[in-house]
Amino acid sequence: MNDFSFWVILSNLLLATRWTIALSLVAFVCGGIVGLALLFARTSGIGWLTLATKAYIEFFQGTPLLIQLFLFFFGVALLGVEVSPWIAASLALTFWTSAFLTEIWRGCVESIPKGQWEASESLAFNYIEQMRYVILPQAFRIAIAPTVGFSVQVIKGTALASIIGFVDLTKAGTMLNNATFRPFLVYSLVALIYFCLCFPLSWYAHRLERQLHAAR
Amino acid sequence: MPLVDIKDVRKSFGPVEVLRGVSVDVERGDVVAIIGKSGSGKSTLLRCINRLETYDEGSIVVDGMNVGDARKEKKLRDLRRNVGMVFQQFNLFPHLTAAENVMLAPKVVNKANNHEAKLLAEETLAKVGLSDKANNYPSQLSGGQQQRVAIARALAMRPNVLLCDEITSALDPELVNEVLRVVEQLAREGITLILVTHEMRFARDVGTKLVFMHLGKVHEVGPPKELFAAPRTAELQQFIGSVH
Ligand SMILES: Nc1ncnc2c1ncn2[C@@H]1O[C@H](COP(=O)(O)OP(=O)(O)O)[C@@H](O)[C@H]1O
Ligand SMILES: [Mg+2]
Repeated sequence: MNDFSFWVILSNLLLATRWTIALSLVAFVCGGIVGLALLFARTSGIGWLTLATKAYIEFFQGTPLLIQLFLFFFGVALLGVEVSPWIAASLALTFWTSAFLTEIWRGCVESIPKGQWEASESLAFNYIEQMRYVILPQAFRIAIAPTVGFSVQVIKGTALASIIGFVDLTKAGTMLNNATFRPFLVYSLVALIYFCLCFPLSWYAHRLERQLHAAR
Repeated sequence: MPLVDIKDVRKSFGPVEVLRGVSVDVERGDVVAIIGKSGSGKSTLLRCINRLETYDEGSIVVDGMNVGDARKEKKLRDLRRNVGMVFQQFNLFPHLTAAENVMLAPKVVNKANNHEAKLLAEETLAKVGLSDKANNYPSQLSGGQQQRVAIARALAMRPNVLLCDEITSALDPELVNEVLRVVEQLAREGITLILVTHEMRFARDVGTKLVFMHLGKVHEVGPPKELFAAPRTAELQQFIGSVH
């Protein structure tokens, strides 16, 4: 066993992990913002808006993330715009994340009793005000745990971006394997790093969930 | 002109006609008690007045404003500012304190500043006898207290009419009176009230008008004391007998 190459492998993987984290953050934050906008549209009760949002969600939930990455990477190029793997991956993951977050959050919004809508409605609130001051503050509490839980899916989802050439943790692993021919060592380390990113989040999500159930 | 003028209102849920031509006049300062069996359409009628529910035919005019026309957001908002509502299940906002529950609509809807809203909360909570509970959350209050906060919350919008849908039905018997006393006080102050209730004594003693609903229609209407003393129809007689 060559110690030098072990440290080279590990340090290169850790450097590439920055990009996995960056892509995850972008997807999660931007996906969250888009998801919140979609949530308003989805629960607005305005027919065409609801329908359009539903179609959007069905598309991103009903097709493989990998294909979505291809569509953004190659599809946008067809329009004559060069897109880097970073941009294509950010866009695809943002939209994919937003679709799932919207559905998670819609479930939380719909679990708020109807009386809360009626009380605020009879106090002359409009829809946006109802959401802003009455529904979302209550839905937020129940949304935290599943939202944190979903962030794990986002991190694992970023691994697919390696296929369109984005140099993240997975891609770095592939490159290092080609250079060192030590696939088991390389991919074990890759798995370990993903686990270190994901486990604290899923542990925290479970803890939040337990706290919420205890509070009821 | 009546403050609330309900004319020939019809409303169906799918194939079921729930309101079958209902007409009621409510004058300023009236206390209208609506009684009737479960399923006779009392809640639906009440909810049509502030457009929580839409009706199919007829007209409802509140303070000169046609409820059927209040489709645009601005008109709907004006209507609902004018018409307060209190529910059987209180429906307080659980994430806000009593005072914050009262202050929210004046701030959000009427753009009152924090100081104005605070004064309103103090005033209305005092009116329902809960000044000392201003900083409690709904979960820390009894049912009767919660319902009184809900009344204060509705009053803070300074409505011309207050709708109450069986507001004591979800309460333990010993908590009913504290809520009824508040409502009686409001009646004395001249606030126009329309209440669906099962409290027959309250309807008789405080009401200025009794509406007996039966199968989606106003079956009998008149001064409460007269109707209770001498119901004209067998249905009302039977109903009064069944709740006493
Ligand atoms: N949203 C609704 N959808 C379908 N049916 C309804 C709805 N609301 C009320 N109903 C029906 O309308 C009838 C009258 O209901 P309601 O006005 O609540 O009566 P009450 O308040 O006198 O008990 C009942 O048969 C009830 O089942
Ligand atoms: Mg009812």
